[in-house]
Amino acid sequence: MALSIFKKLARGLSRTRESIASTLGGLGSEAAVDEETLEDLEAGLLAADLGPELTAEVIEAVREQTATDGSAVAAVRSTLRAALGQEQTCERWSSPHVVFVVGVNGGGKTTTVGKLAALEREAGRKAMIVAADTFRAAAIEQLERWSERSGAELVKQREGADPAAVVFDALKAATSRGIDTVLVDTAGRLHTKVNLMAELEKLGRIAAREVEGAPHEVLLVVDATTGQNGLTQAQEFTRAAELTGVVLTKLDGTAKGGVALVIQRKLGVPVRYVGVGEGLDDLLAFDPDAYVEGLLAV
Amino acid sequence: MFDSLSERLQGAFKKLTGQARISDAVLKDTLREVRMALLEADVHLGVVKELTGAVREKAAGEEVLKSLAPGQQVIKIVREELERLLGQDDAGDLDLAGKPPSVILLVGLQGSGKTTTTAKLGAWLKKNGRYPYLVPADVYRPAAIEQLIKVGTQAGLKVYEHDGSQAPLEIAKAGILAARRSGFDTVLIDTAGRLHIDDALMDELRGLKAGLEPREILFVADSMTGQDAVRSAGEFHRALEITGVVLTKLDGDARGGAALSIRHVTGVPIKFVGLGEKIAELEPFHPDRMVGRILGMGDVLTLIEKAEEAVDEKQAEELEKKIRKNEFTLEDFRDQLKMLKKMGPLSSVVSMLPGMSHVKESDLDPKAIVRVVAIIDSMTPRERRYPQILNASRKRRIARGSGRTAPEINRLLKQFAQMKRMMKSMQSGAKKGKKGRFPFPLPGR
Repeated sequence: MALSIFKKLARGLSRTRESIASTLGGLGSEAAVDEETLEDLEAGLLAADLGPELTAEVIEAVREQTATDGSAVAAVRSTLRAALGQEQTCERWSSPHVVFVVGVNGGGKTTTVGKLAALEREAGRKAMIVAADTFRAAAIEQLERWSERSGAELVKQREGADPAAVVFDALKAATSRGIDTVLVDTAGRLHTKVNLMAELEKLGRIAAREVEGAPHEVLLVVDATTGQNGLTQAQEFTRAAELTGVVLTKLDGTAKGGVALVIQRKLGVPVRYVGVGEGLDDLLAFDPDAYVEGLLAV
Repeated sequence: MFDSLSERLQGAFKKLTGQARISDAVLKDTLREVRMALLEADVHLGVVKELTGAVREKAAGEEVLKSLAPGQQVIKIVREELERLLGQDDAGDLDLAGKPPSVILLVGLQGSGKTTTTAKLGAWLKKNGRYPYLVPADVYRPAAIEQLIKVGTQAGLKVYEHDGSQAPLEIAKAGILAARRSGFDTVLIDTAGRLHIDDALMDELRGLKAGLEPREILFVADSMTGQDAVRSAGEFHRALEITGVVLTKLDGDARGGAALSIRHVTGVPIKFVGLGEKIAELEPFHPDRMVGRILGMGDVLTLIEKAEEAVDEKQAEELEKKIRKNEFTLEDFRDQLKMLKKMGPLSSVVSMLPGMSHVKESDLDPKAIVRVVAIIDSMTPRERRYPQILNASRKRRIARGSGRTAPEINRLLKQFAQMKRMMKSMQSGAKKGKKGRFPFPLPGR
């Protein structure tokens, strides 16, 4: 299992590795860094969606380090690593442990919920999936398949039902049935839609009323292809439901998801999981060291 | 969150004032700001470089025109270059010639919005006199077929129903055959989302293209995409020679720099934009508006169009007449507010105004309009026409009826009186000149 996880992450990040590695190939620890190399490095970081601000910071750090005889590679690594913060896990102190999965449309929330359910099951916990996306056509059917695949039970109502009522019923059921983890799949919503964000806030209030401290986790699903708008998304979502983590999905493509670093830096919301495929076990706990090494490939 | 380009440029331009020519040093500062703004808008670095290069060439040494602030002059050059990069205004042009049914293939990454776009495009085509038939060919994502059947049917469109047990090419062929038999002239095929580096699935698309000979292959792209847009769009284009792009989720606040990147790397036009989850929220693409958005400079054109849509010409004329005769009543005021609401969420209206793109919906109070309308709704017609008859007892009744408080009612009446005075003074001014558009009062918080 451990090996396969390693392989998957390596596969997911190998393309990231290629692009920045080739740049840093010229950045040996002893080599003086010329402007051209810095420009290439800048291009590599920008291409990874780190955004102009964070990129400028990394470049500045490299300049300073090399001036004081340090290693340029170490400078890049430490700046990126610092931006990512410590590896995070969420303490489980309540049963049921309630997790909201939120995000804009098309990021991969439903798929992530399915995969999270599989992880829970693997950890020997009883998971329940809650179909609180009652808006998108066939979202419930999609979750039914994931529920079958992961073996987690599904709580649903008809399409168009009030999501608050779905969550309320689900938490009642979860408490009485001794469920360990409740995974709530919420409808995709653009962070600019005030009504939908208010609805999300309400879901949080309902959960808190039914289970103490709920939602214990609010995971924002961010598509790795997302550009700098990812930060605005995170800012708005955390206003409606305080985010505890980011799930970076679709990292098996060529996109690097660098905006997650921007989110972590500006808001302190860490990446918790990465999605690297469409399979049930294609969700991995985020390993910041591996991610940065993947970016650097030293 | 992001400063708009025009705000960013203020600093750089301060140095520019009083100079006869745009100096190299100042131009460098200015272009750095342009570069940052474009990168924050997710425009691909390569495109940014090309663009700033072109602007530098055009602006270097250029005389600072008297009629324009020097800053505006550089912005003008940036705008022109951006518009050139985004291409001609051939929005909404689909090539559907040939023996019917014409086939449109929709392709793209996972989650970009293909299924929703398929249904929206179907509805748009139907509105424009075609007979569209939808074929769901995503056999991979759970419940994707059900989704298109549901969304399509809700939109009053015909969808090819099947159990998803066959290969996409077989499904599409059977779907086209069914469409031909029933006399549909356009077939929209919704394909599965896939990564551009997934060779097997890209081969499947090549097979669909070879087997179906689609007239149009539309690449559906999320407007929130970052730098990777160049690679994904480029790969799809290399594999399929796409004919157009649909840019989705533009109802968010992403600057949409990906539009530039995609256009640049593929050279194909962006044909449509998706603006919401409702079936009618698909519009032809307008490059000039996109430029304003990428630069964070507002979208006045869209605002004007929205206003025109929401405002009934006749109604507007009548209102103007009333204002001129000073007969504007609370009833008319209420109608105006309702019109404003029809134009969409207040934030989207305001965000289209130059310099106000950073105003968040949460900074405005969309409920203010609702409250004011509620108060006016709770009045009798006579009270609406003659608010001076409102005494304490009437106000209490209105407060109960509308769920508001008496002070709120007083505030509204005061504002309304002010508005009328303003209208009157504008009227006396307008008598001499040409008649202006009637003012659009916004309620206070």
